Amino acid sequence: MALTDTPVPTAKPRAAHRTEAPWVRWSLIFLMMAFLVLILILPLITVFSEAFNNGISVYLDAITEPDAWAAIRLTLTVAAIAVPLNTIFGVAAAWAISKFRFRGKQVLVTLIDLPFAISPVISGLIFVLLFGSHGLFGPWLSEHGFKVIFALPGIVLATIFITFPFVARELVPIMQAQGNQEEEAAVSMGAGGWRIFWKVTLPNIKWGLLYGIILCNARAMGEFGAVSVVSGHIRGQTNTMPLHIEILYNEYQFTASFAVASLLVLLALVTLAVKSIVEWQQRKAETHGG
Amino acid sequence: MTMHVTVEGLSKSFGRFPAVKDVHFQIRQGQLVGLLGPSGSGKTTVLRMLAGLETPDAGDIRFHGRRVNHLLPQERGIGLVFQNYALFRHMTVFENIAFGLKVQKRSKEEIKRRVEELLERTGLSGLAHRLPHQLSGGQRQRVAFARALAPEPQLLLLDEPFAAIDAKVRKELRAWLKSMIREVGITSIFVTHDQEEAVEVADEIIIMNQGKVEQQGTPIDIYRNPETVFVAGFIGESTVIENDGRWKGFENPLPGSKALVRPENVEIGTDKDISLPNAAEKGIVTDVIFRGANWLVVVEARDSIITGYRPLDKELLKPGDEVLVLIHRLYEFNDQGMQVRENGAKIDPMPIYI
Repeated sequence: MALTDTPVPTAKPRAAHRTEAPWVRWSLIFLMMAFLVLILILPLITVFSEAFNNGISVYLDAITEPDAWAAIRLTLTVAAIAVPLNTIFGVAAAWAISKFRFRGKQVLVTLIDLPFAISPVISGLIFVLLFGSHGLFGPWLSEHGFKVIFALPGIVLATIFITFPFVARELVPIMQAQGNQEEEAAVSMGAGGWRIFWKVTLPNIKWGLLYGIILCNARAMGEFGAVSVVSGHIRGQTNTMPLHIEILYNEYQFTASFAVASLLVLLALVTLAVKSIVEWQQRKAETHGG
Repeated sequence: MTMHVTVEGLSKSFGRFPAVKDVHFQIRQGQLVGLLGPSGSGKTTVLRMLAGLETPDAGDIRFHGRRVNHLLPQERGIGLVFQNYALFRHMTVFENIAFGLKVQKRSKEEIKRRVEELLERTGLSGLAHRLPHQLSGGQRQRVAFARALAPEPQLLLLDEPFAAIDAKVRKELRAWLKSMIREVGITSIFVTHDQEEAVEVADEIIIMNQGKVEQQGTPIDIYRNPETVFVAGFIGESTVIENDGRWKGFENPLPGSKALVRPENVEIGTDKDISLPNAAEKGIVTDVIFRGANWLVVVEARDSIITGYRPLDKELLKPGDEVLVLIHRLYEFNDQGMQVRENGAKIDPMPIYI
């Protein structure tokens, strides 16, 4: 019996006629593991080993160096503006799509996906063309003393554009599956829109919303292409963390660049951990719902 | 009794599809009314317009004589019960029922008192702190009902309230709902596609088909005097026979007519046990189905298939038997209209006086 010869503890026992031969199974598992180690685990380890290559004090110096610190602050500032705005946009868009009938709904759904379909460099260029010194609104803006491109507003705009879909895409399927009936029941009992949103809709979507926000945040902090185009790479002023890492690397400051990179990797790991907790909660909520 | 709900000339289209076409009806205070029709007949759309969840294209809705078309759902004083209960899934049973009372800004003690009273009434007392997913279908429906009643609405609207519940519990819940609504005395309208349910539960039935009201009346009235072919066919069981004029006792039919025949109006038996052999036709049994309280016998006679009930205590028939078929009453219809006809041959031509 193939099944009893090589028990796989986590897999459920499968009928003998549906089970592959042991050597097929083990070689598939081995292949996948090797691939994972090569593509994911090794690079991860490299980042940290390079970062700590010259000892912890060099590492700490690298991330507390003024330009690095400015990059961290800028990244946090951009995320702090872009993520809440996209949360509001995302909830509003998901609400409109799932709760109302209107013309052009399908177009709206497609438009929300647009940032995913466009290369980030193009996304950055769009804003240069709009707000740059030779752009559509650029001359007017500079006359009135506003600086968008090569400044914080441009970076925020590009980040918002790139991360716009995350919250909406996460919420639309959840809200469509839940339908309007709970809201309609609340309406019939005299509840107003605001109360319905806070007491009925929001508690039902909170895990999906949180998941969307986490993904949005991870991308907002990690975005390179679009931000690179609009930022201008001014050290200590318009360099976000990913841009700063690239500059350090190009200047052969490997330890410093990997030290800052390790912060972004940490963020990614935290994001993954929170994401799996949220997914677990969401699954729990879904099996209980309905 | 005063009219509670008056609907005049109500129409509603979705895109090019006319869901409700010029609907009129009136409902008296305290009645329990079944809005009955096949799927797509517009009954749910009518209910949603009464609730204010859809806006009519034309027509008026009045509650107690007052036009409510412009009122928001929040201002109409209605209670809604949905097919899938639509309980607030993250709230306990207690919080669900308390929701409408909190909206009305009642005091904490009052809310507690009212919720506990409703929990008791609906037999849910021990379940106050459960979440909806921890309840059975029947219990969820009771919570939905208690939640709708809590803010003391004027009118209770129920959309297919029993559809999601399994057959056995459904029967119990029907009886329970009927007595509960009677007790509370609230005017109620429930939508259903199940004629048996409508007949059992409702004081009055409104039958809808293709966006129009076909007939309104008490269940017995609709059963006895259907005004349209659709109603005759929709309420109760029936079979259709062509050329009913060829049958004994139904000579001189309407031109081009067909007829609906109900099994309870058909007697099927041998020449020994049939009541009026003179008024009966010969036929061959094609099937015999046990129906618990009687046999449903399927017979071919005069080129038509018709069905009739036969008591269990009579001699057992089997497929292939030659039998006599006596139609007591049928519903004859053609393009113009329909009429109820009794068997004319039942009057014994040679009465014997003893």
